[in-house]
Amino acid sequence: MAAAHVDVRNLCVTVRTPDGSPLHIVDDVSFSIARGEVLALIGESGSGKTTIALSLMGYARSGASISGDITVGDATLDGSGKATLAAQRGHRITYVAQSAAAAFNPSRRVIEQVIEPALIHGTATAVEARRHAVELFEALALPDPATIGTRYPHELSGGQLQRLMAAMALITRPDLVIFDEPTTALDVTTQVEVLQAFRKVVREQGATGVYVSHDLAVVAQMADQILVLNRGSVREQNAVRAVLEAPADDYTKTLLAAARPVIKAAVPVAAVGKPLLSIEGIHAGYGPVDRHGRAAHPVLTDVSLQIGRGAAVGVIGESGSGKSTVARVVAGLLAPTAGAVSLDGQPLAASLKDRSREELRRIQIVFQNADVALNPAHSVGEILGRVLRFYHGTSGAAVNSRVAELLDLIKLPATIADRRCDELSGGQKQRVNLARALAAQPDVILCDEVTSALDTVVREAILELLAELRRDLGVAYLFISHDIATVKALCDEIVVLYKGTRVESGLRNTYATPPFHPYTDLLISSVPELRTDWLSGVGSQGKVPFAHLSESPDLCRFLPRCPVAIAGRCDVFPPPFRTMTAGNAVLCHRTEAELAGEFA
Amino acid sequence: MNVGSIIRGARRLPLSGKIGLALVIFWIVVAIVGPFIAPYPPGSFANEEVFAGSSSEFWLGSDFLGRDVLSRLLSGARFTVGLSAIAVTIAACLGTGLALTAAVGPRWGDELLSRSMDTLISIPSKIFALVLVAAFGSSIVLLTLIIAITYVPGNFRIARSLAVGLARLDYVEVARARGEGRLHLALVEVLPNMIKPLFADIGLRFVFIVLLLSGLSFLGLGLQPPDADLGSLVRENTSGLAEGALAIIAPAVAIASLTVGVNLLIDAATQGKAH
Ligand SMILES: Nc1ncnc2c1ncn2[C@@H]1O[C@H](COP(=O)(O)OP(=O)(O)OP(=O)(O)O)[C@@H](O)[C@H]1O
Ligand code: SF4
Ligand SMILES: [Mg+2]
Repeated sequence: MAAAHVDVRNLCVTVRTPDGSPLHIVDDVSFSIARGEVLALIGESGSGKTTIALSLMGYARSGASISGDITVGDATLDGSGKATLAAQRGHRITYVAQSAAAAFNPSRRVIEQVIEPALIHGTATAVEARRHAVELFEALALPDPATIGTRYPHELSGGQLQRLMAAMALITRPDLVIFDEPTTALDVTTQVEVLQAFRKVVREQGATGVYVSHDLAVVAQMADQILVLNRGSVREQNAVRAVLEAPADDYTKTLLAAARPVIKAAVPVAAVGKPLLSIEGIHAGYGPVDRHGRAAHPVLTDVSLQIGRGAAVGVIGESGSGKSTVARVVAGLLAPTAGAVSLDGQPLAASLKDRSREELRRIQIVFQNADVALNPAHSVGEILGRVLRFYHGTSGAAVNSRVAELLDLIKLPATIADRRCDELSGGQKQRVNLARALAAQPDVILCDEVTSALDTVVREAILELLAELRRDLGVAYLFISHDIATVKALCDEIVVLYKGTRVESGLRNTYATPPFHPYTDLLISSVPELRTDWLSGVGSQGKVPFAHLSESPDLCRFLPRCPVAIAGRCDVFPPPFRTMTAGNAVLCHRTEAELAGEFA
Repeated sequence: MNVGSIIRGARRLPLSGKIGLALVIFWIVVAIVGPFIAPYPPGSFANEEVFAGSSSEFWLGSDFLGRDVLSRLLSGARFTVGLSAIAVTIAACLGTGLALTAAVGPRWGDELLSRSMDTLISIPSKIFALVLVAAFGSSIVLLTLIIAITYVPGNFRIARSLAVGLARLDYVEVARARGEGRLHLALVEVLPNMIKPLFADIGLRFVFIVLLLSGLSFLGLGLQPPDADLGSLVRENTSGLAEGALAIIAPAVAIASLTVGVNLLIDAATQGKAH
């Protein structure tokens, strides 16, 4: 075992099911990692990725037991080497978790927390540790490496915290670093920066790593080897390039196929004169509204969009850009402070209680997280039945037959009607969630991140279902997502939101080639691609001329992050809407030629 | 929840829960049939000897007036169990009802209710009950109401925090967007999901009420003679304490076993995932 730095033989992790029989959540897994290499564990949720990663630290969740041989450096699971794995935790073996925000103590300066492991384990003096920390901050491309440590966690962004957590994991110069979905909670644009930082630091420090992720494209950038897992057992292990280019296993092929969503064949929508749903100049926000009609926390400024009958309009933007707020305004859950929503030309009341039941029926909303969108106290049949009774006055046996029809529509067996929602899988819940909206027979469904919580394979299936329903029932979608690939797969028209303003809107094919709005460009170029050299190819974002300015509602909101801002224009006047020859409207000072030229 | 699933749930309880369940069932049965199986009328001076020990005629001996302790215990259990159960039901219905109103109603309603309950809760419950009893007397009906009202704010606080949390969840939001009324939101969407923690609270409050009632009776402000709950039985016989008379030990043990039984049952039932 001289060559392998981490060696795992016949690892099994067993839990007891409620009826007492043992269940292998990890089943006879073996692999090894050479020093300085990164191994990726990939698979859908429930495939045992995190369980394996945790067992490398000698840790089993309560009720689970580990068997097999694990060696990391000098340590083994049972302590027959120089030490047990558990004794190496936090020192020779460290962990970077999905949510760094939850891992930091909000009341202490970050540098104290970053160097803490080194002090606890006595690997360095405070002075050395601080110096090493600053080096790591620099390697991780954090701004102001010398002083950033003096800030408190709430003064830092999610991406910065994630990098600081990596610094904390590397401060003891560990034998093995485990990254557990460290970028899953981040926006694509942030993810790129964090991935670049991680890769650089891992290479420079020669760290050995395990990278857990469900995203093949991300893994392709980070790892040397990929281990594909499905239901706790190994499907394939090979070098990254080999897995991507010549997958040997059928399951790997499914994963690869699902990672590239294909455009769903949709009926072209005839351009009818009157749009079905029209949103005109919406301003909205949270908190009390002041005398000038502005909310205490304004979120949306002047957002307009139109949805034709049977059309699918996508809204994309990063977290906090106000996407969900648009859906809440349309559904009547949040009254806008200005602007109007109209359905079939008829203006809709701002708040729920002034809308008629018929108006409410025609617009249905589907939330992202099916776990909390379905009432766990009710059965699937009750949930769907309530909608039928409420809107259509269906009663008696007709309810049951209609529920069965609906379940058939979303491709679930009719027997599921008697099940309670907490007994369903994530994909099944999301289907029921959709069925509840369909039960109302709406004209338009507001889909708020309906696929974001799902694995790639399940996501594919749900997108397919959505496209099919649209074709068969003629229902229109306002489809909200942070993932441009998903939106492109389903929608004919796409609106890009940035900090509550619409910076671009246009038909799907206008997003295939420039000119785009500079933010759209950043979004598109940040989506990881399924090739190993993608990350190196992404231009470091260049110099941002106005990074020192803070965002202002009177100027282009993208100014502090825009690499192509023009001094004297962008920092003085608000940008105009320009219509490009391809038909997309872009909110920018740059002309079409300039935009096309910049990014060609 | 049908009989079969209840039985299955009971089987799955840990040993402590089974003991609790047995004690609770025992006391419910005693409360229902006790007066009918009592060997003597509770008020009759059946024994010449006061504070007599156990004998074949008087299983639990006699009290300070020579009455049969077993008979008085069997009749008294009805008051303690029944009155406490009614009081806790009233308290929970009022408290949870107001909590649901606060959770799905307008914000000012929530503010108003929460502030008034905070005021009520800041008065110690025993003192509060004492003052009310002193002011309005202690007929059985008044006593039940007073005890119930004493425990409304506590139940409200717990139920409100549960309900407000649940009312923010997406499924309630979906129902609201559908146009459902507040009653539906409260009773169909929110209430079913707070039942379990609520039962834990109700069980605990039942125990408090048993103790409060016993305490009031002990102070002579509870049930008035000739009626006597378990607490009154303890008080009547305090003079037997020095000789360790069964007349005082038996009702004290009864109170203890009832409250401990309820506690054991709640602990076991709310920890496991028995539906
Ligand atoms: N109830 C609320 N009260 C106050 N502010 C809120 C509330 N809900 C959302 N916000 C704020 O409004 C802004 C927009 O939120 P919104 O949920 O619309 O974003 P989003 O684009 O859907 O983001 P995500 O992709 O994370 O879901 C955020 O800054 C958020 O913090
Ligand atoms: S208006 Fe200026 S700052 Fe804004 S996106 Fe266009 S170029 Fe960049
Ligand atoms: Mg959202």
